[in-house]
Amino acid sequence: MNVLNEWAFIGVFFAIAWIFPALPIVASWFVRPHKPNALKKQTYESGVETVGDTWVQFKVQYYIYGLVFLVFDVEMIFLFPWAVAYERLDWFAFGAGFLFIFLLTDALIYAWRKDALEWI
Amino acid sequence: MLFQAPTLADLNLAYTWPVVSLALGATLLLLADLFVPKDRKEITAWLAIAGLVVSFVLNLGVYSVTDVAFFGMFRADTFSAFLNMVALLAAFIGILISVDYLKRTGLERGEFYALILFTTSGIMLMGHANDLVVVFVALELLSIPLYILSALRYPDPKSEESGMKYLVLGAFASAFFVFGSALIYGATGTTGLPAIFDALQSGAVAANGSETLLLIGTALVLVGLGFKVAAVPFHMWTPDVYEGAPTPVTAFMSVGAKVGGFAALLRILLVALPALTINGGEAAAWQTTVALIAAATLILGNFVAIVQTNIKRLLAYSSIAHAGYIMMAVAAAGATGRGDQAAQAALVYLMAYMFTNLGAFAIAVAIERDDGTGTEVDRFVGLGRSKPVLAAIMAVFMLSLTGIPLTAGFMGKWLVFQATIESGLVWLAVLGVLTSVVSAYYYVGIIVRMYLQDGEGDPAAGATSYVHWAVYVTFAGTLLLGIFPFLVTNLAGPVALALAR
Repeated sequence: MNVLNEWAFIGVFFAIAWIFPALPIVASWFVRPHKPNALKKQTYESGVETVGDTWVQFKVQYYIYGLVFLVFDVEMIFLFPWAVAYERLDWFAFGAGFLFIFLLTDALIYAWRKDALEWI
Repeated sequence: MLFQAPTLADLNLAYTWPVVSLALGATLLLLADLFVPKDRKEITAWLAIAGLVVSFVLNLGVYSVTDVAFFGMFRADTFSAFLNMVALLAAFIGILISVDYLKRTGLERGEFYALILFTTSGIMLMGHANDLVVVFVALELLSIPLYILSALRYPDPKSEESGMKYLVLGAFASAFFVFGSALIYGATGTTGLPAIFDALQSGAVAANGSETLLLIGTALVLVGLGFKVAAVPFHMWTPDVYEGAPTPVTAFMSVGAKVGGFAALLRILLVALPALTINGGEAAAWQTTVALIAAATLILGNFVAIVQTNIKRLLAYSSIAHAGYIMMAVAAAGATGRGDQAAQAALVYLMAYMFTNLGAFAIAVAIERDDGTGTEVDRFVGLGRSKPVLAAIMAVFMLSLTGIPLTAGFMGKWLVFQATIESGLVWLAVLGVLTSVVSAYYYVGIIVRMYLQDGEGDPAAGATSYVHWAVYVTFAGTLLLGIFPFLVTNLAGPVALALAR
């Protein structure tokens, strides 16, 4: 039963995560006016009018940028709780955090030296 | 509290140093290589070798300990220490073969050596893994660098095909493995290998009627690892991947992936599942399946190798066949009380195969042209006259792969056949002997080409000093193991994988 109790947290979390965005979307159905026209029914693309086919070749650097972005993005997920609980960390957790930062720096220096940060 | 942060004392880090130092070394090497000038990548190679040496020394330091680390997820014992040695030697020889080859074929990139070190740490972790989750992490650490390495000659369609095929089929195999682990977890409630054994032994699995689930899970794990070691019927990717990948990568891959795959296979089957029986049978339930896989692998590998005209494809099928011989040892381990002896046979076989196969590939590297062509077996014609020393050593490698006495291959086969017969699988041992005779046809064919057929010119253009050193090291290993086998059987002797049942 103990295992179930622990996993129940994830169940609750999942339910809240689902309801949180779903609630405003459903609620807006009831309060908003419904007057569609051709312009409004277009696919939303950052406010810019879409031009041509979506199946085009992208510059490969977007992919490299995506990878480098991941370095910083994933960093936040792990480093934020680490930094918040900083005062209560023991030596192991302290070292583990720095090992993680070392690996990230490693990746960043690698990308930098390989000119992945230059926009050509 | 849901999760208690571990303290350093809980982790028992001391026994993990051989693997951890190598992984850290690979990370540092990736950084160091950025500051090595483009035309002096030999420096990176030597730094990589230094990393291997450090790990090797640390491994000797913990050779005879038996303990667990990381809350029992990581186990250090003679089995893993021996496999670490095999993996590190394979990486060392692989780097020796690569240095000049990469330079003359224009593939020289510093990442190559870091990737080799990452794979090697993955192979070592496979031997250490004492938990299905760790096996999976190790499997990925072993595979992902190999996917990149096989596509190293990347504008070449063959190399791209090789990398792509390996990636897709490897991912497929990993999926099988993960699903199998999930089913085993479902049946036993744990992923720890000794805990799975306890769940079986205490009757907890039988009590909640999840034996079928456990059987299916075991079968899926077998499929996943069968892909990695290239056992029939999961071998389809092997010839294409081996042919397309740059030759030193093929050489390392044919040994490394097998060492890792068999390490995990032996540990999972012998530590977690030796007591998995159907209807109160004597031997483990997986024994018959593994024996049939071994038989199919032996027959297909040896017979298809006969018709190959490319040395890389020939060695690919020969590596499938050798996976069959090691599978024989795994099957033998399924009999009650025979686990440790069979595991020891498999270890010695892996060591013998590592030396001999890497040596044969080193000579294949030497005869290859700079553009990656010229790997047909007919290029060996006349090598006996133009490069008598290399040809003589190649002949020894071929005899060792066949299993002629006084070579390493003979000792490996001797121990495997002995273990198989003592486990009562006489038919499998007979099949092993017969297919060895078949294999003599294509191995001796190479010797005939080198000595008895007339040819002109000097095909061994790539026989540089590094390649020569690799050839000498593997030659010494092949002979030492063949003449003084007790050196290695003593090292692999006190293997104690199988828990009492």
